[in-house]
Amino acid sequence: MIRWLVGLIGLALATTQALAADSIEIGVGYLGVAGTRSTLSLVEQPAQNDGVAGAKLAIEDNNTTGKFLNQHFTLEEHRIKEDEDPVPTATALAEKNDFIITDLPADALLKVSDALRDRGTLLFNAGAIDERLREADCRANVIHSAPTRSMLADALGQYLVWKKWSRWLLVVGSHDQDKLYADALRRAATRFGAKIVQERTFEDTGGARRTDSGLTLIQRQIPVFTQQAPAYDVLVAADESEVFADYLPYRTWDARPVAGSAGLEPRSWDAAQDQWGATQMQNRFMKLNSRRMTALDMQAWTAVRMIGEATSRTNSGDVKKVTDFIKGPDFSVAAFKGTRLTLRDWNLQLRQPILLVDGRMVVSVSPQEGFLHQVSELDTLGYDRPESKCKLK
Amino acid sequence: MSSIPRYNDAALPPPPAGEVRTARGQMSRMLLATVLVALTARPAHAFIAYVSNEKSNTVSVIDTDSWTVAKTIKVGQRPRGIEFTRDGKFVMVAIGDDDTIQMIDAKTQAVVDTLPSGPDPELFTQDAAGRTLYVANENDNTVTVIDLEKRARLGDIQVGVEPEGMTISPDGKTLINTSETTNMAHFIDTASRKIVANVLVDARPRFAEFKHDASELWVSSEIGGTVSVIDPNKHAVIGKVNFEIPGLRKEAIQPVGIGMTKDDKTAFVALGPANRIAVVDTATRKVTKYLLVGQRVWHMAFTPDEKYLLTTNGVSNDVSVIDVAAQKVIKTIQVGELPWGITIAP
Repeated sequence: MIRWLVGLIGLALATTQALAADSIEIGVGYLGVAGTRSTLSLVEQPAQNDGVAGAKLAIEDNNTTGKFLNQHFTLEEHRIKEDEDPVPTATALAEKNDFIITDLPADALLKVSDALRDRGTLLFNAGAIDERLREADCRANVIHSAPTRSMLADALGQYLVWKKWSRWLLVVGSHDQDKLYADALRRAATRFGAKIVQERTFEDTGGARRTDSGLTLIQRQIPVFTQQAPAYDVLVAADESEVFADYLPYRTWDARPVAGSAGLEPRSWDAAQDQWGATQMQNRFMKLNSRRMTALDMQAWTAVRMIGEATSRTNSGDVKKVTDFIKGPDFSVAAFKGTRLTLRDWNLQLRQPILLVDGRMVVSVSPQEGFLHQVSELDTLGYDRPESKCKLK
Repeated sequence: MSSIPRYNDAALPPPPAGEVRTARGQMSRMLLATVLVALTARPAHAFIAYVSNEKSNTVSVIDTDSWTVAKTIKVGQRPRGIEFTRDGKFVMVAIGDDDTIQMIDAKTQAVVDTLPSGPDPELFTQDAAGRTLYVANENDNTVTVIDLEKRARLGDIQVGVEPEGMTISPDGKTLINTSETTNMAHFIDTASRKIVANVLVDARPRFAEFKHDASELWVSSEIGGTVSVIDPNKHAVIGKVNFEIPGLRKEAIQPVGIGMTKDDKTAFVALGPANRIAVVDTATRKVTKYLLVGQRVWHMAFTPDEKYLLTTNGVSNDVSVIDVAAQKVIKTIQVGELPWGITIAP
């Protein structure tokens, strides 16, 4: 009797294991930098889980689909310190995860990409907007779900030109990435026929971003800084470093709107976006993370959904098959932006509409009407194939 | 009180006795005569269409004889899916932001009751007898089952992410639900309320429609830009309808609503921001004609005699009327803001 029972239990166990073995396990890693950057506005201060929260939601979405296909997704998150070598952590992550979502600075991402190249791990850059990662420094194992600076600048430029605000006063911060953003804005002005009437630099002289009586000073400082400008329609600020741009609206010498790093900002996503079925996604995100969804969350969500889309279409968790499918001509992903998102095959950048937001509402979505392109209107945003310096390897 | 003349209503009041000599009496008599003349002059087949206006929070009532909006009914926040009960007595409207389904009495054209749907109901379907209602709840990945007679919730079925399209097989045995982010058509056995099969289709499936002979299930994919033709017995995609419009980007072609003629020979597919309805030969699965309608066309309904097809054009805030036989757009009717769904009295 006991023998018979043991046999039965053994059989039951074997069956369960067989069932479990049928399910395809797909490991997704998330590699970011610990700590958050400081912003001028307290409400814009990113949460500790900025980015990875989007990946978490996409894992849930993938698993809802996965249960019908016997695919199961897991997420493993690691954070490195700001100046730490990312390679050991990335290599450890790659042991169990064939796909890694990264929110790393450009140099760290390149290190990781080169270290994991022979392993076949597929990387998704969800955080870095640097042009060079898609141009001279592009890599065959890095797919970019984050937009580029030029895509963001072009999205804004198209709208300002559509609005006939074509005389720009450009104010640039003194840090490197501010200058890169200014380059992208200058390029947008040239492409779409806007005129930069004057450029000013806002020097970062250091100091605290928040003080108990800071406003009195700013209120006197900003009008003086913006006075005696030639006639202009809109002040465009390039301040990725969060030093001054948010101080500009309502304080300029002339009564002019502000765009760029404050006022009307181009972003891949916003908590106010509710078109094209996005409300459901915003609700799901809120329910899971108890906060609203940021652009970085969306970029990570999209990356994980790209993996899920490819595993369901190929019915496989094999990294080679999935990579080939994502890079192939049949790949597209839906991301609540009113159109399918596809990859630019020459540099693995995800094509995407860019939202123009004011912090409370989505004001517009670029590409704007009338900006035409022979392949995809989404390619009116950012560097196009003929301009590209990327050679994938 | 209805502002639309009702042709089967025998109860037109006689002029009150003793008042015929007063001006008012004369007037009402004259009016009555005019109405009677108008009624006799009316063609036999006039129908009433109900259009849900997603942004205005109203339902527009269209008289298909005069092609005008006869009445606008206030409903809850964000009305979308709209359908008549099988007995033709009520119009059910999914009220997304109020998490309910409102019932409009077709006689009084006023909201008289609500149904307990799950959160954010969008589209729904009912069984042939009109006893059970199945509602897609976009917000929590479920299909809610409602007893229409008792107006009570019977249970939920777990499906994919963002369920939307809903239809039922002609024999009532299989319920179809499409989920927008999971990209599948789920086949649900209505007896056991269990999923029996999942068929992967192109991105963001919005709408599902059976052929009347149940031989094929058509599922539109808004972002994928195709319609998948599924064999409902084999649970497999057996063909695809592709769309190509010269001078239009592929991304602008976003199929949503599907209407199938009773002989199953012709399908009409709404192409969203392509602002066109594709006429599809169901035998070859090829588009034979594109009809230019209003902007961002999503859903449609035939008049019961199948002479006309009415489409809701969200961005241009109007309804296009298509002469089905001639395959021509013959009329445009302004309705409320962002017209979404449409149903026509049987």
